[in-house]
Amino acid sequence: MTAQPSTPTPRRVVVTLGNPNTGKSTLFNALTGLNQRVGNFPGVTVEHLSGTLNLPCGTVNLVDLPGTYSLSAQSPDEMVTVDVLMGRVAEVGRPDVVLLILDGTNLRRNLFLASQVLEIGLPVVIALSMTDLLERQGVALNLPRLGALLGAPVVPVLAGKGEGLEAVKGSLEQALTAPQPSSLRLNPALAEAVQTMVAELAGAGIAAAATEVERALIDEQGYAEKRLCDRGGEPWRERLAATRQALGQGRNLATLEARDRYSWINKVLAEVEQRSARRAGWREALDRYLNHPLWGSLAFVLSMAVVFQSVFAWATPLMDVIDGGVTALSGHVRGSLPPGLLTDFVVNGIIAGVGSVVIFLPQILMLFAFIILLEDSGYMSRAAFLVDRLMRWCGLSGQSFIPMLSSFACAVPGIMGTRVIANPRDRLATILAAPFMTCSARLPVYALLISAFVPARSWLGGLINLQGLVLLAFYLLGMLGAIVTAYLVTRLRRSESTSRFLMEMPPYRMPSLRSAGLKLLARARIFLYRAGTLIFSVTLVVWVLSAFPRTSTGDSPNAKSPSMEASYLGRMSQALTPAFAPLGWDWKVTAAVVASLPAREVVIAVLGTLYAVEASDAAGEARLITRLQDARHPDGRKVFSLPMALGLMVFYALCLQCVSTLAVMRRETNSWKWPAIAWVYMTSLGYLGALACFQLGSAF
Amino acid sequence: MNTVPLGSLAAGRRAHVAGFVQEDAFAQRLMQLGLIEGAGVAILRCAPSGDPIEISVMGYALSLRRAEANLILVIPEPT
Repeated sequence: MTAQPSTPTPRRVVVTLGNPNTGKSTLFNALTGLNQRVGNFPGVTVEHLSGTLNLPCGTVNLVDLPGTYSLSAQSPDEMVTVDVLMGRVAEVGRPDVVLLILDGTNLRRNLFLASQVLEIGLPVVIALSMTDLLERQGVALNLPRLGALLGAPVVPVLAGKGEGLEAVKGSLEQALTAPQPSSLRLNPALAEAVQTMVAELAGAGIAAAATEVERALIDEQGYAEKRLCDRGGEPWRERLAATRQALGQGRNLATLEARDRYSWINKVLAEVEQRSARRAGWREALDRYLNHPLWGSLAFVLSMAVVFQSVFAWATPLMDVIDGGVTALSGHVRGSLPPGLLTDFVVNGIIAGVGSVVIFLPQILMLFAFIILLEDSGYMSRAAFLVDRLMRWCGLSGQSFIPMLSSFACAVPGIMGTRVIANPRDRLATILAAPFMTCSARLPVYALLISAFVPARSWLGGLINLQGLVLLAFYLLGMLGAIVTAYLVTRLRRSESTSRFLMEMPPYRMPSLRSAGLKLLARARIFLYRAGTLIFSVTLVVWVLSAFPRTSTGDSPNAKSPSMEASYLGRMSQALTPAFAPLGWDWKVTAAVVASLPAREVVIAVLGTLYAVEASDAAGEARLITRLQDARHPDGRKVFSLPMALGLMVFYALCLQCVSTLAVMRRETNSWKWPAIAWVYMTSLGYLGALACFQLGSAF
Repeated sequence: MNTVPLGSLAAGRRAHVAGFVQEDAFAQRLMQLGLIEGAGVAILRCAPSGDPIEISVMGYALSLRRAEANLILVIPEPT
């Protein structure tokens, strides 16, 4: 984001690496501040943050890698870490220094990744986080000794409070100006075998780094092996198997690696760590309640109610303000500019286009504020733990709960929230299922059609009424669609990752508000830049289709839509009408549906235009209902019969009429494949559902 | 020594890891997280329907499903 002149030499690169829940992103945010941006690695769904840091030796690029427990990879997503460290990712460049973040209260497990990284041979600086909790846990660490044993400087840091940042910068400066590559060797026999294979591969014209070959050897049937054999051919698979056999002597290399590393870790910790009696703190007490079957469940329901309420209801006033602002601005522009093409373009093209992007921001920011706070405080893992059993019967895990729940408000933040799901298959299933949940944009469509065509009958003194039941039925239909979709995806797609619910339960922590704010800002930027541009362009395309060609009526004072019937959109709809006739639709309904493909809530405005009423207020809506009830086919039959109206609602329940959802799907899966599949799948379901509803309903 | 699947232990029980039903990628992930032969584990608690379970290993807490825990063979400490 900085507008600095291009430097003659490429900027030096520091990558931050560490286990999840170590405070890595807090440290990254503290070091880079606002100078950061989000990027995707090519071909994978994980993203990285990159930012700049000013050091005496110059400005360096700081790249934050996804949190990981180990360098072994089962999927391309997990292989990214190794690829970046090997300097194979062009977007990042070759790292000059690795900034490794270790949780001081959980050194034993954190040192596993450290031992792997220290063997690569890159200069390493170690930032030790959570050091303020050490004393409370009765742990004393000899940091100079730890640094000497690891062969890298160890700097204690409390990024949330800003302590230790200067020391980290100082160590980075030193590592950049006088680099000392780490030189740990835990298994010389393995290292020797790896070097032999690297040389053999080079002889065969295949450039492979030592770490890559080591992972291919140790992670049997993992991604490194697969990629190596894809490049070199099947003989290398046999060569790897033979080397494994020679090194392991009948034992699994992965088992030996874990044993070797942990025995080294035990030796290191025996020298540097002293433990005294641990004081039981509020964290343990809190966990007894928050993970308790009864109290924990109650606390969970309560916290979800707050999240859901805020996304669904508290965001509404803000959205109304934006909506009102857009309407007022349109009115102002229309009042001050002469009627005509330019005004129409500014009002219905640009202002409506920008408005349709910005309108999503309140819900996205609200949901993400909660998700970030729940994650950073450590409660997210507890929530997933509590609801895992509930989510499992449709093939998902507890981590899918919050994205699915928030999709009741809007699938856009819901899909963006699937980032919390560790398993790639579960994440995809949740992304594809989320658009079925009844979002707030479907509600006005249901409300209009139900009040127009479902008789207002009630029973038990008004406690139960038919219109309410029909609305409930459509919510249930959406949930059914989501459950079936999730079930199909999880059944049909083989999981790339073997673990399905293996999850660390991090200790409760006070989230850093500064870091949370920066994360929230990053999310908002992603939505506005990446999804927003697409949504805006599609809105423009629809405007062009409905505003052109200009006919003589285009000069009429009603500049909203000169003549829908003669526009490209109207003509397209008339051409498409035969395809939708089996659903009971005439060309006007078809036009309304086609025009609302980018955003389903547009249908009311389009119906209003087609039936020549301004439907923006309650009286207008009442007039629209009467017009719809009276609409007739050329042969005199009523257009909106009950089966047709119900079918239309089924169509809106199942169809993916939301370009924003498609845009975030594209963004979150990093390919057009899944949005395309989702669109075809949901549109077909909508068509078939509406067809069945109209044909069966009309038969009786 | 009699080994039992970790998932068969009740909350509050302690045990030592003896091995895995199958030495596959999942077992590797567990070992990397510290569930190596000889490591001490304790069952901390279970979710409302008894599944998943939360265990303590290497001084931190980990949750996993009972079926996944059953892939870990342990030697229980006497109660």
